[in-house]
Amino acid sequence: MTAKLKFANVEVGTKLPALSVPIQRVDLIRYAGASGDFNIIHWNERFATSVGLPNVIAHGMFTMASAVRVVTDWVGDPGAVVEYGVRFTRPVPVPDDGVGALLEISGEVTELLDAGRVRVTLTAASAGQTVLGKAQAVVQLA
Amino acid sequence: MALNPDFIGRTYPPSEPYLVGREKIREFARAIGDVNPAYHEVAAAQGLGYADVVAPPTFAFTFVFASTEVVVMDPDLGLDYTKVVHGEESFSYSRPIVAGDELVVINTIENIRAAAGNDMITVKSTVSTTSGEPVVVTSMVIVARGTDAQ
Repeated sequence: MTAKLKFANVEVGTKLPALSVPIQRVDLIRYAGASGDFNIIHWNERFATSVGLPNVIAHGMFTMASAVRVVTDWVGDPGAVVEYGVRFTRPVPVPDDGVGALLEISGEVTELLDAGRVRVTLTAASAGQTVLGKAQAVVQLA
Repeated sequence: MALNPDFIGRTYPPSEPYLVGREKIREFARAIGDVNPAYHEVAAAQGLGYADVVAPPTFAFTFVFASTEVVVMDPDLGLDYTKVVHGEESFSYSRPIVAGDELVVINTIENIRAAAGNDMITVKSTVSTTSGEPVVVTSMVIVARGTDAQ
């Protein structure tokens, strides 16, 4: 892997360019098809509300995939992401109102590691509340 | 009732090989709205040193999740799948996945613990090529709501 970013140019506190991801129902349908996760709570409002959810909710893995785009956009080479983990702390409701939801993602270097690697901590929020916990990636820099 | 902790350490047989398709990677990248050229253009991926287009970091979950059906549907484990939510997920890569890889998954129940009336199950999935090269290890925590209270 040939990450363009140099370890020497990064420090604890370096901020990654933020990203906003609008989510509409069609995005969940497309993700369901691409990922094979057809869980009914991600596309059927009648069912989702009947099990106590506020609305159809985004796939946690869609949120996880979106959040790490902040890292892959920053580093360029997606293969530079050697570790990535999250906790799903709060669902992201996606109403069928022509607007949907907005996911706001930011990231910051929080630790310099051995062998040119850094730890990035991500924040993902929707409607003003964080939706991922312990969202961290280890990235191999040049 | 709570899930049986005797299942901790149980390893299931390897999955059938999964052939990573170039168009599947592109389809997945489109579904997450990501135009990174390394996901779409062979020449761009080769410019980064890869044989073919690279999979996004979470792509592995698609076929890993399918392979964990042997665990979550194991009648002896007794998980009620309608009460399951995804609690945590992580990936630890030996190398990125690229189109053309033929991968097998071996699933192990790493932990079962009760917390706040729920059962939390950690499934570790070890992904290797059919020739045995390690590629990625994933860890999925699923939460079975309220199984303790029944």
